Amino acid sequence: MAKVRGAVKVDIEKCKGCSLCVVACPTKVLALAREVNGKGYNYAYMANPEACIGCANCGLVCPDSVIEVYKIKVEADA
Amino acid sequence: MAEVKDIIKEGNLVYKKSKVLTDKIMHYCPGCSHGVVHKILAEVIEELNIQEDTIGVSPVGCSVLAYNYLHIDWQQAAHGRAPAVATAVARLLPNKRVFAYQGDGDLASIGTAEIIHACNRGENIVVIFINNGIYGMTGGQMAPTTLEGMPTSTSPYGRDIAMTGHPLKITELIAQLPAVNFVTRQAVHTPAAVRKCKKALQKAFENIGEKKGTQFIEVVSTCNSGWKLSPVKSNEWMVENMFPVYPMGDIKG
Ligand SMILES: Cc1ncc(C[n+]2csc(CCOP(=O)(O)OP(=O)(O)O)c2C)c(N)n1
Ligand code: SF4
Ligand code: SF4
Repeated sequence: MAKVRGAVKVDIEKCKGCSLCVVACPTKVLALAREVNGKGYNYAYMANPEACIGCANCGLVCPDSVIEVYKIKVEADA
Repeated sequence: MAEVKDIIKEGNLVYKKSKVLTDKIMHYCPGCSHGVVHKILAEVIEELNIQEDTIGVSPVGCSVLAYNYLHIDWQQAAHGRAPAVATAVARLLPNKRVFAYQGDGDLASIGTAEIIHACNRGENIVVIFINNGIYGMTGGQMAPTTLEGMPTSTSPYGRDIAMTGHPLKITELIAQLPAVNFVTRQAVHTPAAVRKCKKALQKAFENIGEKKGTQFIEVVSTCNSGWKLSPVKSNEWMVENMFPVYPMGDIKG
């Protein structure tokens, strides 16, 4: 049976650390980093990347459109 | 187990920033609803392939600079006058898709006359009405849409209805006007709400393409700076307090 894996790329310098993606993620992939970007914001990152299913919910709610979402199909035994 | 670097490859891309959005960093506060609405507006314009034919009219308020963020033609209007400017643009260029983008201070306070009459004439425009219940740009003053008891910088003890009237449900008033074709109230606080709001925007832009008359989309929004809450808490506060007064869904059309 094929299952999906996803991953997101955050434009760190444009992220304002609003956290809306963190609460929109159904599988609790995202968190705000302890480090800050050049504007002093704690940016979003994949704290739990294995759980990402590539649903794009985080991208949809991001007010600053800083999230790109990628998705692949993988075989269960792969 | 696939590694992140194997997944992040061009062929696997499923969601990215619309090409209709510019690369400028938005001046909005972190978590502001304006950015989410700009994003889905850009996606609708891209998907309907109407980038060359869309003309926006930006208001006075935090979204005064909206013209910096979408790669389309724009005109900026005086406070509250976006529907009057949009009327002129839509009448002079009837084959363009014209929209007015306005906050609640702009649309429901200083611009009440302009919006009511543009809608009563059934102008072939889309109106996007961002209702965050406050004057965001100028420091969180009370707006006509402010909820009863809601503290603002000009009503620090909460809005007193006996003194300042009721929260103005201007969307319901506008739905009464016979020439208005489509009236809906949406929000952008969850992925499902964003998808729904985007569908409503798409319908509105298709309808003006078919010259169906005025399309009115209220987006109940947050102003986390004005409300003095975090972006996440603002969304929760909006659901709990704004939605009972401004219920979601289509009102007409
Ligand atoms: C004629 C005029 N009167 C008053 C102002 C001051 N002013 C600027 S923005 C604004 C209110 C904007 O609030 P709203 O439309 O709710 O937009 P938001 O900033 O919340 O998005 C006011 C009163 C102005 N610029 N011009
Ligand atoms: S794509 Fe979906 S699962 Fe992956 S981080 Fe974004 S919201 Fe979470
Ligand atoms: S003041 Fe309010 S409406 Fe204006 S950008 Fe900030 S959060 Fe948005």
